[in-house]
Amino acid sequence: MSVADIQITEVGHDDHHDDHHDQGFVSKYIFSTDHKTIAKQFLITGIFWAIVGGGLSLIFRLQLGYPDMDLNWLRPIMGDWITAAGKLDTEFYLGLVTMHGTIMVFFVLTAGLSGTFSNFLIPLQIGARDMASGFLNMLSYWFFFLSSVVMFVSLFIETGPASSGWTVYPPLSALPQAMAGSGLGMTLWLISMALFIASTLLGGINYVTTVINLRTEGMTFTRLPLTIWAFFITAVIGILSFPVLLSCALLLIFDRSFGTSFYLSEIFIGGEALPNMGGSPILFQHLFWFLGHPEVYIVILPALGITSEIISTNSRKPIFGYKAMILSMLAIAFLSFIVWAHHMFVSGMNPFLGSIFTLLTLIIAVPSAVKAFNYITTLWRGNIVFTTGMLFSIGLVSFFISGGLTGLFLGNSALDINLHDTYFVVAHFHLVMGSAAFFGLLAGVYHWFPKMFGRMMDEKLGRLHFWLTFIGVYLVFFPLHYIGIAGFPRRYYSFTSFETFSGFADLNTFVTIAAVVTFAAQFIFLFNFFYSIFGGRKAPANPWKSNTLEWTTPRVPQHGNWPGAIPKVYRWAYDYSKPGAPDDFIPQTIPLSHTPESNLPHEGELAKEEGVESPKKEKDKVE
Amino acid sequence: MLNFVIAIAVVLIIVILLVIFRVSTLVGIARGDTRKQVPSGNRLQATLLLLFLIAGLIGFFYYSFGGLDDDFTLPVASQHGEATSRLFWITMAVTCTVFIITQIFLFGFAFRYQHREGEKAYFYPHNNTLEYIWTAVPAVVLALLILSGLKVWGKITAAAPDDAEVVEIMGYQFAWAVRYPGSDNKLGGYDYRKIDATNQMGIDFSDRASFDDFVPREIHVPKGRPVEFKIRARDVIHSVYQPHFRLQMNAVPGMPTRFWFVPTKSTADMRAETGNPDFNYELVCNKICGYGHFGMKYIIVVDEPEEYEEWYKSQDPWLKQNADYLGQVPDGLQEAARIAAGIDGSADEVGGLLMSSSN
Repeated sequence: MSVADIQITEVGHDDHHDDHHDQGFVSKYIFSTDHKTIAKQFLITGIFWAIVGGGLSLIFRLQLGYPDMDLNWLRPIMGDWITAAGKLDTEFYLGLVTMHGTIMVFFVLTAGLSGTFSNFLIPLQIGARDMASGFLNMLSYWFFFLSSVVMFVSLFIETGPASSGWTVYPPLSALPQAMAGSGLGMTLWLISMALFIASTLLGGINYVTTVINLRTEGMTFTRLPLTIWAFFITAVIGILSFPVLLSCALLLIFDRSFGTSFYLSEIFIGGEALPNMGGSPILFQHLFWFLGHPEVYIVILPALGITSEIISTNSRKPIFGYKAMILSMLAIAFLSFIVWAHHMFVSGMNPFLGSIFTLLTLIIAVPSAVKAFNYITTLWRGNIVFTTGMLFSIGLVSFFISGGLTGLFLGNSALDINLHDTYFVVAHFHLVMGSAAFFGLLAGVYHWFPKMFGRMMDEKLGRLHFWLTFIGVYLVFFPLHYIGIAGFPRRYYSFTSFETFSGFADLNTFVTIAAVVTFAAQFIFLFNFFYSIFGGRKAPANPWKSNTLEWTTPRVPQHGNWPGAIPKVYRWAYDYSKPGAPDDFIPQTIPLSHTPESNLPHEGELAKEEGVESPKKEKDKVE
Repeated sequence: MLNFVIAIAVVLIIVILLVIFRVSTLVGIARGDTRKQVPSGNRLQATLLLLFLIAGLIGFFYYSFGGLDDDFTLPVASQHGEATSRLFWITMAVTCTVFIITQIFLFGFAFRYQHREGEKAYFYPHNNTLEYIWTAVPAVVLALLILSGLKVWGKITAAAPDDAEVVEIMGYQFAWAVRYPGSDNKLGGYDYRKIDATNQMGIDFSDRASFDDFVPREIHVPKGRPVEFKIRARDVIHSVYQPHFRLQMNAVPGMPTRFWFVPTKSTADMRAETGNPDFNYELVCNKICGYGHFGMKYIIVVDEPEEYEEWYKSQDPWLKQNADYLGQVPDGLQEAARIAAGIDGSADEVGGLLMSSSN
């Protein structure tokens, strides 16, 4: 009877959407509550931040690759951060490193990735008119926007942005006496992060609510595309972990501004002994990494979800082990909360904790390995079409394996002693989390661009972009493993003080060149993206011959997504190349009773229960 | 003028690129690329993926086995370092095997199963046996790695032997300060409120164990004997890192930490082994601590045990070098302090003190 109720409300809803009310520019493009517009807002803001974050990394890469270079030409934009001798200021170097990390992890790979694709795909792929709360969704973006503004402003203040690393460990981040960046820059960082957390929570609650409540008829949880599963699990992780970061930041705010001693104890700095006693800097690390570790899965899971969808579609094969993929993601989500202290093996915490966290950390490698194997098996005996999205997805899997394997070193406490905070760590997370998630983002943009803007991106430019980026990323990050094994510490302005680190200057130069080329290649993407929005070839309704619901909408879906009734769903999303079927794909909206020739035995039974009238007639109509 | 020319050139190049892009798009449309089921150049992409695999593997082997100008494997110079190093290379063998096999499958399948007209992919949604196998095999391999890791970890982090040489290391912006317990083999207390420009470490002279403590310019440790670093920081977090010893522990303000190890190669041994007459063990700061983070160096000298004893005896207590700090010593301990620190006061003064104490 509940079904009947739903249908009644649906009818009412449809009526509402039939009379098109014209929206003004502001409510359509700026303060929009439409999930597709909000997704694009997140995407464009994310792209902006990616350019900023990548650009900052180039500046410090120049310092590392060409320590003797005269950087006076950067004075017009960097002012006094370039010293009179034409050198990068050593503290601003740390500011660059910090802002690069913060921007990439939070603004690009969390907001830019989850914000874009959760917003865009959840309603379209589960068959909903919009998010559960369009208003909260709009707030989510505008909190993110405010957070962005505050963070961007902090780049330009006189004392410099927060400079204590993206992990902002106190006491360094708590005491303006310790570094200039811990003054106003750090205050802005904390304000910005508080706003960001609000944005993430508003978004996350919306995603979870929408997936649970607004699935169209027939869209059971076991028929959801893996993208939706990934976004759903990601949102749950975010809701559970971001509040902890907020409390972590709040205590830091108290220590900085109100004289408390949560993280501070027995400190002598700037010629005076501070009164703070009894606090623990380790407490901050526990709280920070309780978010910080789930955060890396918040970054990578949506990318893996996107990849699952794209690899399956373009291999023209069902994703291998659909249920195993879901179980792996659930296992990763659960375990992600109990591995945080592997970032703290040498922090001075009790070594017994180190043993426990080694054990738990290496367990999380199992579901990750299962996912990688399943991707590879999906390619096996496929009929692979190399769209740009597919190429980026294959690249993602390659990075995920390369970077994931080095996690076995770092997660093992005994080995971490020597590798902790070296370039080995830098290589590890840039591959497994940074580049992999970034490739997920790009794959998603190339794949769903036709649905976002109704036009196609240029495939040739896309492939050129892929190859330059893919080779570039490996050339940037793979060599870093070697200098990491050689013990090179990260966040070092230069290595000239140490005889131990006197080698590998040519390797650092090589990495810098690769980074510049890779960064430059992103402008091909930017051109392709913005040009195609206006000048791209008009997209067919279903350019990749995909099964999921979003491809049943009009070329450019309007507010409400489907002009008529919301389609019903009769099957899972992965009926590609089903034996007996005339085409190599069967969209989720085709009833099983219409495809008797390709139904599996148990599906034949299900077809009888569908209650779809006279399959023959309907099929004729369709054809 | 030059800038103007460069700007013009850049604009021209962009215009040319745009024209090429536009022309190739139009040619593509004329050829009917847009109506094709599969984008043209599919075979080229498959081939490029295969070439990437081959070139990547060649590069990987070349650089891993001597292709780099410098050697990336630092010689191991501590007992536990030999254990972690062995585990490191075992893990390396396991991960590299998996790395090579999976990448070959990934790119190999991409090439082998590229789109072919008229073919259909194999509908293969799941296979529970396969899933069980590749859940179980990594689990077993990981269990082995974890167990050997935990065994080593347990030994490294166990309490230091009683006869370990104790060295206190304190990090501050942007240097290290080091203190030895002196002839009584007991480190004196410290109090961060006692720190000043001279007494960098805040040595507490109300504790009689501090009187003979000495603060040298370099760290000396004996080869083949256990050494315990007692580590602290006075302003922000630093990290005591020495890659040859495979040693690292954060220095945390308000929370003393420690790390013990047995050096196995003296500085002279290492100079011979590396062929570098200037070789020195360098203590590195490995936790971001401010603008001078990259310059926090301290030399560690590993001596033969006899040399070490000699050096140890030749060091003057800090109190002797800074006799005005006697003022911080409580009255009842003045004489003990002078004796322990080896301070020769004027004969009268010492005599007077001796008499007063005997009374």
